[in-house]
This record gives sequence, C-alpha cells and structure tokens, in this order.
Amino acid sequence: MDSLYTSIFYVFSFISVYVQIFFLVTFLEKKRHIIKHPDNFELLSYPTVTIAVPCYNEKDTITKTVESLLALDYPKDKMTIFLIDDGSKDNTWELIQKLDNGTNVRAFHKENGGKHTALNLALEKNTSEFFGCLDADSFVHPQALKRILSYFEKDPKTMAVAPSIVVYNPKNILQSAQKVEYDMAIYTKKMLGFMGGIHVTPGPFSIFRRKVFDDLGNYHKAHNTEDQEIALRMQEHGYKIDHCPDAYVYTNTPNSVVKLYRQRLRWIYGFIKNLIDYRRLLFRKKHGAVAMFTLPSGIISILGVIFLSTTIVINIFKFVKTKIIQIHTIGFSNFFNLNYKFEWFFVSTKVALFLSIILYILVIVSVLIGRKMSEGKVTFSISILYFIIIYSVIAPFWMIRAIYNAIFSKESSWTFERRVMKN
Amino acid sequence: MYQHEPNDWKKYVIVLFITSTIFIGGIWLSNYLSNKKIDQLKNIESNISVDLMSSETQFSLLEELSCKDVSTTVLSSELNSLADKITFSENNIGNDDTNVVSLKKYYSLLEIKDYLLMKKITDRCGQKSIFILYFYKNDKCDDCTKQGYVLTTLREKYPNLRVYSFDYNLDISSIKAMVSIYKVPDNLPAIVINGKVYSGFKTVEDIEKTFPELESIKAPVTPVKTKTSTTTKSTKITTPVVEPTTTVVEPVKTSN
Repeated sequence: MDSLYTSIFYVFSFISVYVQIFFLVTFLEKKRHIIKHPDNFELLSYPTVTIAVPCYNEKDTITKTVESLLALDYPKDKMTIFLIDDGSKDNTWELIQKLDNGTNVRAFHKENGGKHTALNLALEKNTSEFFGCLDADSFVHPQALKRILSYFEKDPKTMAVAPSIVVYNPKNILQSAQKVEYDMAIYTKKMLGFMGGIHVTPGPFSIFRRKVFDDLGNYHKAHNTEDQEIALRMQEHGYKIDHCPDAYVYTNTPNSVVKLYRQRLRWIYGFIKNLIDYRRLLFRKKHGAVAMFTLPSGIISILGVIFLSTTIVINIFKFVKTKIIQIHTIGFSNFFNLNYKFEWFFVSTKVALFLSIILYILVIVSVLIGRKMSEGKVTFSISILYFIIIYSVIAPFWMIRAIYNAIFSKESSWTFERRVMKN
Repeated sequence: MYQHEPNDWKKYVIVLFITSTIFIGGIWLSNYLSNKKIDQLKNIESNISVDLMSSETQFSLLEELSCKDVSTTVLSSELNSLADKITFSENNIGNDDTNVVSLKKYYSLLEIKDYLLMKKITDRCGQKSIFILYFYKNDKCDDCTKQGYVLTTLREKYPNLRVYSFDYNLDISSIKAMVSIYKVPDNLPAIVINGKVYSGFKTVEDIEKTFPELESIKAPVTPVKTKTSTTTKSTKITTPVVEPTTTVVEPVKTSN
C-alpha cells in the first residue's frame, strides 16, 4: 500500500514538474516575443468589431461594463455593442434599454435560455469582421481591443485572441488568493499560446474572427462552459488561438468560499464533460499541443491536486490526532512541560519533501513571471501563500464533486451560479 | 481545415531530460542527507560505546573501593536523544532500512549494557534508582505509542528514573533473552519495573501509584533539562532511555 502510494506520488509530481518546466523552457525560448504595446501605437487598419454582453440579472454592474466598452480607444463607428438580456428577473432590461443609443449600443431581449443562446442571438445580428463577448461582471482596459487586434493584423492565420484576466480590486484573502491564480494564468496562457495549446477562450473579452462562427457554427451549450467548447472546436479544426498578455480585462471574483466553489465546480465540470466530448483529440499528433500537452496535463492536474492536497490534509489531520492523543494520555500540564528543542536532525529528508519543495518553487516562479507580465514588476507578497494554502485545502472539494457530477451528469447552471454570485 | 503548428518534439525530450535530472537530483539529495544522518547516529553510538566501556572499566577497577568514591552523574545524555533520533529515522528513512535496523540493534545492546552496569552500581552502593524496561512493538499497537508518551513524561519528571526501551520484535538474541528472563508476555506494551512485569497500558498516575518510591527521585524544582524533544512526528517508539546516571568515578586517593 505504502509503495503504491509512493509510486502514485512520484508519477503525479513528475508530471507536474514536467509541465512547469515545459512552461519555463517555453518562456526562456520565447520571452523576446512577448509584446508589450506602447500607449500610442496604432493599428494599420481598424476593422469592424461587435462586442456582445450577455446579461442575466446584472443591474449592479452592467452600466460600468458598458462604460468601459465605450471608453475603449477604438473608432466609435467601427465598434458595436450588443447588450442581450437573457430573461433577467430584475430591471436589467429597463437599464440596458436606456443605454441603447440606436447606433453603436443596441439592446435586445430574449427569453431565458442560457448564456450561449444570448451569444448566438448576437452572432445572428452581427455583421462585423470581428466578434467578442464581455461578461457583465467584467470591464476592459481602454487599450485592450487595439492590442488584441494587433495580433490578428500580424498573423492572418490567428483566428481568436484571448485577453489577460486580472482580478478587480481584491478585498479579502480569498480574492487575493484568486488574484495570484489569475496572475499565474496570464503566464501559462501566453505559453500555451506560443505552443498552440490554448483550450479556453474566456468569456471576458476573447475576440474571434467572424469566419470562426461562419465556418464552425455558433456557440453550443457545452455544459455551461461554451468558452471552453468553442476553443476545443477551433483546435480540432486547426484554427490558431493566441493570447495577448497586455490586453487587460478586470473581473469581479467570488468573494466567498461557497461562491468560488460553485464557479469552479462549473469550470471543472465543464472541462471534464467537454474533454469527454472531445476525447477524439487526445494524443492525436495532428491536433498539436492541445492534444499532446494541454488536455493531458489538465487531467493530471485535476487528479494530482486531489491526490496531493488530500495527502497534505490527511497528514495534518494525523499530526493533530497524534497531539490530541498525546495530550489525552499525559494531560495538559505534562504536555506543555515537555522539552521542545529544534534540531536539524529532525528535519525530514524524504524524497517527497524535496519534490514538493521543487514543485512549490516552480509554482511560485510561475506566479512571479505572471506578475511581471501583468504588472511589469516582480513582487512577492503574502497572497502567494494564501493561494497555496487555500487552494490546497478547498480545490479538492470542487474537483472531486465535479468528477462525481460528471459521472452522474449533474449540471451546475450558469444562471443559478449568477444568482448565487449576487447574493 | 487549417493545420496546426507541428509539435516541437525536441522540446518535449529536452524537458523530459531536465525534469529527470531534477528528479534524480532530488532523490540524490534525499539519500545524501539520510546517509549523513546515519553517519551521525553511528558516531553517537560509537561515543556512547566508548563512554560505557570506560565506565565499566572504572567500575571494575574500583570494585574493591567504597561507594563514597563512586559518584553518580550524567553519563551520556546522548543515549536519550539517540532514542529519539532512531525513532525519527525509522519513520523518515524506513524501519526496514538495513542501516537503521543495525543502528537500532546496536542501540539496544548499549541499553542493556548500561542497564547492567547501573544495576551493579545501585546494588553495590545502595543508591536509590528505579529502572524501567519497556517492551513495545511498532505495528498495530496504539497503546505502545501512548505508553511511549507516558514514559517520556515520567522521564522528564524524574530525571533519575532510567527507562530502557526495547522493540519486542527486533531480531536480536539479547532482547529475546531479556524477554524470557522476565517472562514478558506478547500482550504489549509491557513494562518491567524492578524485576516485576506489568502488561498493558499504564498511565502516569498508575505508575506513580504503584511506585511511591518515585517521589524520592523526583526532579529538583527547576531541573536542568539536557534532553532533546521527543515530540517529533514519529509516533512509533517514542521513547526512552533516560538521563543515565552513571558513574564517573572520582580519582582514587590511595593512602600510602
């Protein structure tokens, strides 16, 4: 049992280290190609763009989201904003009607049908060359659109570009921990972009050529993760997806464990279900890095996090249990009278410890590179520690639940999550 | 249908090489440090062995002399911390590691030697000493873990109490001999106090009640503690040998 456990630990940690080293090697190889746009840069041409904002009960944030879109540094006559009310139960529809100016901001209403139906309505109305979506809980950096479009200008083969998502105004420890995760994701996403292995074009402000939808069809429900499915569909057909690290989108993140749990449950559940739907891609050379690297490492990371985190939690539990037994056996006063003295001899020299340290160092390096890419400087903060601790403890719960739900096909709905997020 | 960029196989292989190197490095470092610890333990054992031999020799030399020349003082507090270190190594390196097993065997022999020597001195000089021989096993014995805590506590409380712990299942003839001499049952934990066997878990209070004479060897109000912590993560043997009061014999004044 013990040796089986050790073998599993070695396999998971080896693959995890492999993935991190892969990113690091890619970074060293390509870092000169990471573009940082100057403020005054101009595109050669300004194509037409439509941004769709699907709304479900978004009365609190929709105005700010639209304002940020209107503040984009982009010719107003080239950009159209579609606000689509997906059968909200609050006064979102009244609000967005007021925002409709009859020219570049248009409001639409439809019966509630889920985010993908709102996006598909926008696609039907779209006549622009480029199409994007912005979740109503997010808002954009004024230069974001121009920076993203520069990637399409540079490479006609680029079919979609994902932005860098930054946590807006983290207020508590949980949000600070998420900020660390998002910073790290900026780095890993760019590396996946270099490798051609991006498997999600995130809801907030990924921009597509219209050709993508003309060729491959509209959004699917895709287990409430339509942004993963469209990316996998594109990858299957060899459509290039890139990432623009300095196109910042600011997003509000869950501020409680329950809300975070619901969000992640949907993400991981969606990942698993989409993976099952697209299993034909796995390990097929012709589908590139997404088939050989991204999806396999996604599977491993779910299993690895469950395994490693459970191990940590069990060890902490065992340690506490030992101490409780000790106190119970000899009494409080005797317990605190024992001599405690630090000696190097008693520091573990197990292989597992060294491998864990290596892994954590690599994760911290990823966060720091991500920060360098998002903030322009390397800053080490206590929130990195929050991230490691909080995610080690709670991530296994949503991962295990997502696997359970995937097996029994229990979906977590987007609208339900939105309701929860607002409460 | 577009074509993907071809996979960069060379990079996959290079990364595999780097990762393997890091892994082997980690394993090597772990082994290197573990071996260092084993060496450290061997060193301690060899020092204790020399100390013991020296004490035995002194005792033999002085056998004819009066007890007032034999003062008891701390011999090798290392014997104590050695117990903790061996326990820790069993968990950290592995309790089937040949190095660890042989260190443990040697340690058991040193304990027995110390026990015999101390008993001789006590008998001859009528000192107040209490000896506890503690038999435990590593597998499936929660009570042994608890008994370890109790004995560690007693040892802290009564520095002159001498606890010698033995792994019942350790394959070494002298432990088997002790087991048969004292008729130690296999219902562990078992302790032998002043020649009498008590089997099953005993609390601090049980032992104190059974041996009121412990009071007479109680620690001073502010004892000088020389021992290291026994509170490592290890839960297996946790134990014990105590501040051995041993003879460091004063130079003999021979009267001409």
